[in-house]
Amino acid sequence: MITTTNLTKRFGQVEAVREVSLDVREGDRYGLLGPNGSGKTTLVRMLLGLVYATSGSISVLGEPVPRHVSRALPEIGALIEEPAAYPHLSGRANLRLLDAAGPHGVRRTRRRRVDEALEQVGLAGIDRRPVRAYSLGMRQRLGLAAALVRRPRLLILDEPTNGLDPRGIRDMRDLLIGLNDSGVTVFLSSHLLPEVSALCTRIGVLDSGRLVLQDQLATLQEPTGRVLVSTDDPELAAATLDGLVEQRDGADLVIRSADPAALNARLVGAGVPVRSLVAQQRTLEDVVLSVTGSGSDQFGVPAPAEALPPTSAQDEAS
Amino acid sequence: MIAVELLKLSRRLRTWVSVGLICALPLVVAIFIAVTHLAPPPGQGSAFLSAVLDDGQLYPAAALALVLPVFLPVAVAVVAGDSIAGEATGGTLRYLLARPVGRTRLLVAKLVTVITFTVLAVIAVTVTSYATGVLILGPSRAAAVGTPPGGLSGAIAPGAGGGPTAGLQPGTAITSLSGTPLSTLQLVERVLGAMAFITVSMLGVAAIALFLSTITNSALGAALGSLAALVGSEILVTLNAATAVQPYLPTRYWLAWIDFFRQPIFWRNIDRGFGIQAVYVVVFLAAAWANFATKDITT
Repeated sequence: MITTTNLTKRFGQVEAVREVSLDVREGDRYGLLGPNGSGKTTLVRMLLGLVYATSGSISVLGEPVPRHVSRALPEIGALIEEPAAYPHLSGRANLRLLDAAGPHGVRRTRRRRVDEALEQVGLAGIDRRPVRAYSLGMRQRLGLAAALVRRPRLLILDEPTNGLDPRGIRDMRDLLIGLNDSGVTVFLSSHLLPEVSALCTRIGVLDSGRLVLQDQLATLQEPTGRVLVSTDDPELAAATLDGLVEQRDGADLVIRSADPAALNARLVGAGVPVRSLVAQQRTLEDVVLSVTGSGSDQFGVPAPAEALPPTSAQDEAS
Repeated sequence: MIAVELLKLSRRLRTWVSVGLICALPLVVAIFIAVTHLAPPPGQGSAFLSAVLDDGQLYPAAALALVLPVFLPVAVAVVAGDSIAGEATGGTLRYLLARPVGRTRLLVAKLVTVITFTVLAVIAVTVTSYATGVLILGPSRAAAVGTPPGGLSGAIAPGAGGGPTAGLQPGTAITSLSGTPLSTLQLVERVLGAMAFITVSMLGVAAIALFLSTITNSALGAALGSLAALVGSEILVTLNAATAVQPYLPTRYWLAWIDFFRQPIFWRNIDRGFGIQAVYVVVFLAAAWANFATKDITT
């Protein structure tokens, strides 16, 4: 659905996007993660033909962008940074105007599609007030309705949960999953890890304009083949598992083992007093932080002093 | 797309307020003149104003002369300057383009909207000032002044109390600037000519403002920038030292529409005025298109 090859955008001296090769497949719920300033918005704007690439190529819905972007855009619903609307008009009037703009909004079905989109985002009934009087969350919903009004095959959403309250975030998630189930491919960007991990099936991570990771979420979150062991006798444990201990911090050990049960039996058999034993599974946060560099503090989590060893997925991305 | 843009224009309060204000100025002036009977002496003040006490039907011409130097260009510059920059600032530009609305198509729609606004404003001024002139200043009761006597006064007298229709009576003569009478048909033709010329004169401003509107994201900046260009042009037009460049200044022939009211019409400056505006329109629209079509939309 979206393919970019070595996409680069330079604004003067600044390289906002560097050599990005995205691969979004039909049916994906793709989450593009990255801290603020990592180039997400520039990338999204390039996909929509708003910003022209310095080098590299883009194909969206099979059409080369920007050359034939106008062939792809009618089937794309987009939310680009904040939603925008004419403040003196009502939400409904805004949708009608936007749908009438350009050659592709079929007039005959407009009323029905506008109603349907307002219904989908939960704005039905309160859409007659001028947008000026809308709250941030309502504007966000209206922006999403504008993206949905032409029943697109592909949704490109930049930070779609901005300004939404927890209820709104869950509504948005349910809506996007529902649309995805009915065949809509969803591409969204976000700096919120929990959002993406709850919603997306596939992720890409941007860091300082580079795509440092791109894989199925399920693959990334597979057990790491390591077991965390806490024991009162780390010396004995280390002696028993000679060679398998990857890291040791006081009473806590990181042990390479694909089979926690067997490991436990072995330790207990050797008389090691095991206090806890957990198969390590990586969170999305671990995954992202392990591949992002200096900018990663903008996720609001300090970068780990020692990055985890690479997995196969990272090898693929590098 | 053009229909959408016109709809947007019509649903903005600003559009109607500015047209209203443009029409209000001649009304206020007419009321003052009617109350005091103090028109500026010939050769002073705004064109035609000295003659309107003599003939209310000339008031549309006087009204156009009143709004031409400031009111009309300001209104046009505001609408044209807002066209792209306003959408950019509001964030709606990116959604329009992603709809998709082609960039060239959007620019053309905006241009058509600005032209429509200009035509609307010029027509509104002409119509309201005709009504004002005939109702407040009265139809050509002053045919007695200066022009062939007797018969004319007589011809007009019955129509004097009859409101606007009086002006349409055949045989009512209006004096051209050259001193020879104009028939009503001629007057209508010439007012239409003047309206067309003034509209075209505004297109130069509109093109400059539209160009600036594609460069900056500030609607105010674009409007003021184009007005600054006009003020600069006005200053150079009156500066003897700048004679060399004067034929190329956008405001040089702005007043040439007055020549429509000469008998016969004095075409030289009118033609030049049309020509210079055409050059400005083509150059600045081309520049606007070249800039907008290749611009990164980052707002």
